[in-house]
Amino acid sequence: MATAAPASEPLRRFLQVARGAGLQVSAAEGIDAARTVDLVGFEDRDVLKDSLGLVLAKTPDEKAAYDEVFDLYFKRDEFAGGNEDADPESSEQDPFSSPSNGSGGDGMGGQGGQSLGSLLAEDARATLATAMEQAAREAGIENIRFFTQKNLYARRILDRMGLRALERDMEAMRQTGTPEGLGRAQFLDSKVEMLRDSVRDFVERNLLLFAKGDTEKFREELLKSARLSNLERRDLDRMRVLVRQMAKKLAARYAKTRRRRLRGQLDTRRTLRRNMGWGGIPFITVWKQKRIEKPRVMVLCDVSGSVAAMAQFLLMFMYAINEALSDIRSFAFAGSLIEVSEILEKEPVEEAITKIMSLIGFGSSNYGNSFADFEDGWMKHVTNKTTVIILGDARGNRTDPRTDVIGRLSQRSKRIIWLNPEYRSAWGTGDSDMYRYAPFCNLVTVCNTLRHLERAITDILDDAT
Amino acid sequence: MNDALPLGESPLRSIDAVELGLGEAGYIANRQISTAIYMAHHLQKPILVEGPAGVGKTELAKSVASWLKLPLIRMQCYEGLDESKALYEWKYGKQLLYTQILKDKINSVIGESDDLTTALNKLHSFGDVFFSEQFLEPRPLLRSLQEPGGSVLLIDEIDKSDQEFEAFLLEILSDYQVTIPEIGTVGAIVPPIVLLTSNSTRDLGDALKRRCLHLHIGFPDDKLEARIIASRVPGIDARLLKQLVSFVQQLRALDLKKLPSVSETIDWAKIMLLLHTSVLEVDLVRDTLNVLLKFEADIEAAGKQIAGLTHKARQDAGIA
Repeated sequence: MATAAPASEPLRRFLQVARGAGLQVSAAEGIDAARTVDLVGFEDRDVLKDSLGLVLAKTPDEKAAYDEVFDLYFKRDEFAGGNEDADPESSEQDPFSSPSNGSGGDGMGGQGGQSLGSLLAEDARATLATAMEQAAREAGIENIRFFTQKNLYARRILDRMGLRALERDMEAMRQTGTPEGLGRAQFLDSKVEMLRDSVRDFVERNLLLFAKGDTEKFREELLKSARLSNLERRDLDRMRVLVRQMAKKLAARYAKTRRRRLRGQLDTRRTLRRNMGWGGIPFITVWKQKRIEKPRVMVLCDVSGSVAAMAQFLLMFMYAINEALSDIRSFAFAGSLIEVSEILEKEPVEEAITKIMSLIGFGSSNYGNSFADFEDGWMKHVTNKTTVIILGDARGNRTDPRTDVIGRLSQRSKRIIWLNPEYRSAWGTGDSDMYRYAPFCNLVTVCNTLRHLERAITDILDDAT
Repeated sequence: MNDALPLGESPLRSIDAVELGLGEAGYIANRQISTAIYMAHHLQKPILVEGPAGVGKTELAKSVASWLKLPLIRMQCYEGLDESKALYEWKYGKQLLYTQILKDKINSVIGESDDLTTALNKLHSFGDVFFSEQFLEPRPLLRSLQEPGGSVLLIDEIDKSDQEFEAFLLEILSDYQVTIPEIGTVGAIVPPIVLLTSNSTRDLGDALKRRCLHLHIGFPDDKLEARIIASRVPGIDARLLKQLVSFVQQLRALDLKKLPSVSETIDWAKIMLLLHTSVLEVDLVRDTLNVLLKFEADIEAAGKQIAGLTHKARQDAGIA
């Protein structure tokens, strides 16, 4: 037991299922899981659950996913047609103890209707469950991906359990015409119906186990590059989770590099101070450090109809990474501009957005007017450390763009970043003033998917040095 | 099982034994906690304990140490912690002092050397006298490896340390050994039981998590909490205990900035005992609420509901 035993087949399948459910199970953790199973055994399901959970699930989210998938995978109480159980010992069949030697202990797999019929007649649930497990494994149930495959797999499993032969036998019984034969066929009919239901249930559960992870991942990938303004309502929740995940990753990455050591540049003053205890003999050298400032951010969001959806996600993102920022102030504008920092700090972003919308509404945007508002009220707070992010399509409905305000803002601030949800080809067409603002911005970029958003914010944090 | 101790005698022979042993040491553990300790010993892996402040993460390490009668070596993490404070340091002062004292001896060592090369060669033959174990100041990590009978190593609040330090810990966590450039690799005499605690102020690296068992301790349910309080505050009236626990459990359901933890409940119970209270009164609760809640806004928010909560707590304890 000192060396890790090779992971048994059922454990390997469980790990596969766990990965599908979103747990990050590395090879090393797989080995740990195998050692754990060696240590605690399978007898006590609760102990097994606790112990494997300690090894496999490493965050609260993973714990929840793990609990769900463990229960689903180890739920082996099919054939729950009646209450009585013929044999309590063999009814404790779980995938770990089920035999993996070829065609099974009792030789059920594909042997013929005779034994299936007698099993059904005897109501030997445990043996039937084992046979079903095995037939499922032979049919390659772990490859199931789509719900349309349900019937196919159910049929395959039933075939392998010998249903066809049984049906032939039942047909023969009916042909005899004797009351005895008819009665028996009828009795078996009801039993077969029950078997069908059980198998269907079983396949459905396996579909949940094996296919859920893949489809979710696929959907998430899709969402990351979908245009945010085209999102469907049902995807909003998932998007929020995604935004939070991405933001958390970014925040964790940028929270750490607060100071960077400059190798090779001795900080003489601090070295002397540090080594005073040894009479100034420099045992410990202190190097000069470069302090990395957290960015100070002001976000100006256009919340008029055309850009509102994007604004919601930008704000959500900004507030989710606030630990990587030193200060964040946000403003919303349409026809005029107001500060919304306070609303966003007090309430969760989703509710805050609705509140902001109701405050300044979906009016037509007037960029010039809004920028003038900003200059009157808040220009004095802009310093040479401030990053100004403007989100908008720069369509001011042919009002004065007031580029002079942006010019002054660009002189005062560290930089201006303009995120435009429109494609580049649309810039400058119609009432778009994008190209008139662009000369004053350090960066103008298209931003209409979650991926764009992530990239833009990474840039902001990267340049914070 | 191939443990050094025959399993029948080892205090860690089964999960139940762990639970019982921790109970004797005054730590009421749930099944998951005792499973974690059991597995940490048998798989020889560190445990990463996460959970809100005050649910007994540090206490767990102390209890394990006192139960197994092993020395507890504690290392508190903070920003800027580096290996000279965590692992080892050279005793610079002693080295200096010795060189001064031995200055006179240098002539007899070098003797009648004619030139610099022979003198240097003679010096070389003495080896690295000043970089040997006598001049090594062991810090917590090294000390825990050197304990002859094994130890419990508590690395407290690992999330407060820097990313680099976390990476530095990986060697000791996976192989129970550390590398000191001047001496070589030092392995553990007996692998210590290692517990790391974290309040999740930042996400720990995957490499660290992969090497650890992950134990999450949340707030206990009312039964477990009652047992914990009874064990920590002996002599408390059973009915008062019920009221306290019920009140705190209700408080946790409120929308507060910082929820009261087990340690706060214990403090509160001690105060109630000191005040000879047997029934919770609204005024008394109001006066002592600052023991449970640590933010002005929280106290204000909960203050409005005290009457209702107290009433419910009394009902739960069977007092009209």
